[in-house]
Amino acid sequence: MPTVSMTVNGKQVSGEVDARKLLVEFLRENLLLTGTHVGCDTSQCGACVVHVDGRSVKSCTMLAVMADGASVTTIEGMASGETMHPMQEAFREQHGLQCGFCTPGMVMSAVDLVAVNPDPSEAEIRHWLGGNICRCTGYHNIVEAVRDGAARMRALGKAAAE
Amino acid sequence: MSNVTGIGVSVKRKEDKRFLMGRGNYTDDIARPGMTHGYILRSPHAHAKINAIDTTEAEKAPGVVAIFTGKDMAADGVGSVPCGWLITQKDGSPMNEPAHPPLVVDRVRHVGDQVALIVAESLAQAKDAAELIEIDYEEMPATVGVASAATGPLVHDEVAGNLCYDWEIGDAAAVAEAFSKAHHITKIDVTNNRLIPNAMEPRAYIGEFDKGTGEYTLYTTSQNPHVIRLLMGAFVLNIPEHKLRVVAPDVGGGFGSKIFHYAEEAIVTWAAPKVGRPIKWTAERSESFMSDAHGRDHVSHAELALAEDGTFLGFKVETTANMGAYLSTFATSVPTYLYATLLAGVYKTPAIHCNVKSYFTNTVPVDAYRGAGRPEATYLIERIVDKAAREMGLDRVEIRRKNFIPIDAFPYQTPVALQYDSGNYFATLDRAEDMADVAGFPARKAEAAKRGKLRGLGYSTYVEACGIAPSAVVGSLGARAGLFESAVVRVHPTGGVTIFTGSHSHGQGHETTFAQLVSETLGIPLENVEISHGDTNKVPFGMGTYGSRSLAVGGEALMKAMNKVVEKARKIAAHVLETAVEDVDFKDGVFTVAGTDKAMPFAQVALTAYVPHNFPHDQLEPGLEEQAFYDPMNFTYPGGCHICEVEVDPDTGVTQVVGMTAVDDVGNVVNPMIVHGQIHGGLAQGIGQALLEECVYDESGQIVTGSYMDYAMPRADAFPSFKVDNCVTECTHNSLGVKGCGEVGAIGSPPSVINAVLDALLDVGVTDISMPATPAKVWAAIQGAKTAQAAE
Ligand code: FES
Ligand code: FES
Repeated sequence: MPTVSMTVNGKQVSGEVDARKLLVEFLRENLLLTGTHVGCDTSQCGACVVHVDGRSVKSCTMLAVMADGASVTTIEGMASGETMHPMQEAFREQHGLQCGFCTPGMVMSAVDLVAVNPDPSEAEIRHWLGGNICRCTGYHNIVEAVRDGAARMRALGKAAAE
Repeated sequence: MSNVTGIGVSVKRKEDKRFLMGRGNYTDDIARPGMTHGYILRSPHAHAKINAIDTTEAEKAPGVVAIFTGKDMAADGVGSVPCGWLITQKDGSPMNEPAHPPLVVDRVRHVGDQVALIVAESLAQAKDAAELIEIDYEEMPATVGVASAATGPLVHDEVAGNLCYDWEIGDAAAVAEAFSKAHHITKIDVTNNRLIPNAMEPRAYIGEFDKGTGEYTLYTTSQNPHVIRLLMGAFVLNIPEHKLRVVAPDVGGGFGSKIFHYAEEAIVTWAAPKVGRPIKWTAERSESFMSDAHGRDHVSHAELALAEDGTFLGFKVETTANMGAYLSTFATSVPTYLYATLLAGVYKTPAIHCNVKSYFTNTVPVDAYRGAGRPEATYLIERIVDKAAREMGLDRVEIRRKNFIPIDAFPYQTPVALQYDSGNYFATLDRAEDMADVAGFPARKAEAAKRGKLRGLGYSTYVEACGIAPSAVVGSLGARAGLFESAVVRVHPTGGVTIFTGSHSHGQGHETTFAQLVSETLGIPLENVEISHGDTNKVPFGMGTYGSRSLAVGGEALMKAMNKVVEKARKIAAHVLETAVEDVDFKDGVFTVAGTDKAMPFAQVALTAYVPHNFPHDQLEPGLEEQAFYDPMNFTYPGGCHICEVEVDPDTGVTQVVGMTAVDDVGNVVNPMIVHGQIHGGLAQGIGQALLEECVYDESGQIVTGSYMDYAMPRADAFPSFKVDNCVTECTHNSLGVKGCGEVGAIGSPPSVINAVLDALLDVGVTDISMPATPAKVWAAIQGAKTAQAAE
């Protein structure tokens, strides 16, 4: 079995994996980082979004071996200690989540949006989130949360590429 | 009391931080020691006989622990997956209720039917082994659509004409009489499109058996763990309830689809002791499409009799409903008691009759999905009301106002069994018209026309019955369960409180809303309250969450239990403060004695309860913990008005929702932020049904829309921002005056969308369109109308 090593949430990790193992499976099963979810098998729901080398990626669409040597950030790596990332804070403040299942992917996607577009309009947010499905919120409060999160990130000088 | 965390405040949710930090605990996140992985091999055919199953090669595959088929389960005496609601037919006979084996024995009846369980060390190995199983299928012709079910091939040999039941409600003679006096009769045929619920968390189960204690545990993505324990333990697996623990941890959305007892729950629980290790099964999304209970799927013909001035005289409806291949837990109640009893809508129509025939087909079982029956009723009524107005040249708003149940007519007894306790449909209509800026619509329409777009406005005024339900009522109608709710309030010695509720949150925010009730009632801070739910070994027997019942039924149970706590605490305070119980007041978390400065905060009473050094033990028990069960007197009746504004591009048929206003009367509101969130989600599902979503089967019974590539799940760009507000008439039979908000969005909105589309298409001559109004359908309707006009 091939061995992979990568940095996950700032920590060096490595492990032996089946060549067909997906990155999301490696994160969830090997590293027990279960905040990254699996909501589909056709790469459409976005519940599995993580950052690989700073950009949002659907971790169900990447083999673990493809992430060899990469730096991966999952939802568990977003907060500083117990202080949530401004985007996480905004989701809570704006009630941008209900069941929480799509939420990690939404937050990871939204943070990447703000990295490339620090002040996105409603239409830009809705367009960007085309790859993230939420069945609970009707997206209304997610849009509010992303707008609010972007403002918080700008205020903290976090809007530039993470 | 100006309690900043009490009733009426948009408190931010207590549960959010763990979800936002990736610390949720969903079933698939759980790894049990020694856990194996299960894969369910499913039927690729809609209907086939199984001549033989050969697992020899598969059993030798790497990592395989065991393989089970329906024969193994049958040999073990495993029962049929039960249906929870008996419908009595018109002629007095019981409905047809064919067996539903968890793993089929010799015949598959829908694509996705469970054929075998493969247990292996890893999921990949289980899937590899499944490829090696040889099954000799003999394909049979399938019955697919409900319209042809009566004459199609038999799904169950013993069920003639595929008929599950033929049922009616209302007074046919009174309706005939009304129709004989009608000035005008409007007729309509509508299909309520079949939907796939698609909670974002796929179903997942872990079955486990403890050899030492003989206890089974099932971790499940369920909305109601006790219901699963009862159905699976008592009817399928014969496990006594004290030896069966069912845990529903964090659950990622349900929308009805996680109410039901599913075959896979029984399969992994049954197989766990056989392999001697826990077994986890998690649905892949493609499996969800072919095994989660679907929703809706009704075809109806309706006729409305009107007087010359537009007064409704009588309403008659014939509906056929699709049950799918087997009866899911509450399938039979959806097109009957949750649908036909709502056919009065918000109108004082004096005579109503409805005949419902439900059929088996070779499709996935159909059951409750957000709204369950009430969206189907609302859609039918609100479509025919618009059509009647148009045919008679009456204003569509005026015809509604004219027929609304008047404000002073409550409690209002409908001709179809329900008694609405309260409502004010005028108020919600007025407020919605205001918020939607109906007055400015003509200008917006003219502006859109300049851009070549057709703009339309659509209304829906609705009522629904939720807060499900009085046990006595549903029992008399065939429900095989009570529908009460339970709560335990455990006050800890240092004043913290744990609430054990039979309700279950899968996104609704009970950990916050219920904590607000506690904070308000006991006067303690939110952070001193913990809500525990979802574990049958912890919480008292409860019925779970569906039918917008958590606050109206579960919240009331909690209030009842808290009142008992306050009464007990009052006795303790009276004892310590050396006064009569009647003289002790309780306010803002402090017990006081009238006319004195004696006072005792709640936390001190709690401590005393557990340090009862000088209690008169013949009069006062130690401890501070109370339990209550609450069974409601009636359903609750939220109602309101939804106004949708759309823009149709006549060249492409694309419909864009440009405005969606919802004013709902859900009774008193505990947390407006959460309530509005629930309504947003419901609206999205309603708009999704109206414009995007449909489960399509081909003639052979294959699901054409079996993934997110084909099933049009609404994305963020399908919607505008919503305008949402509430008007309040209080529920008259619960102490909180609450009604329920979980389903109103999905119930009220679909007809408002379609009525808006038809309003937009009025000028081009289109008079009918079916859900979902996809671009292709809208474009074809426009072309059809043009051709028809050219031919005239
Ligand atoms: S799980 Fe990756 S997109 Fe759905
Ligand atoms: S919050 Fe439940 S799917 Fe988005």
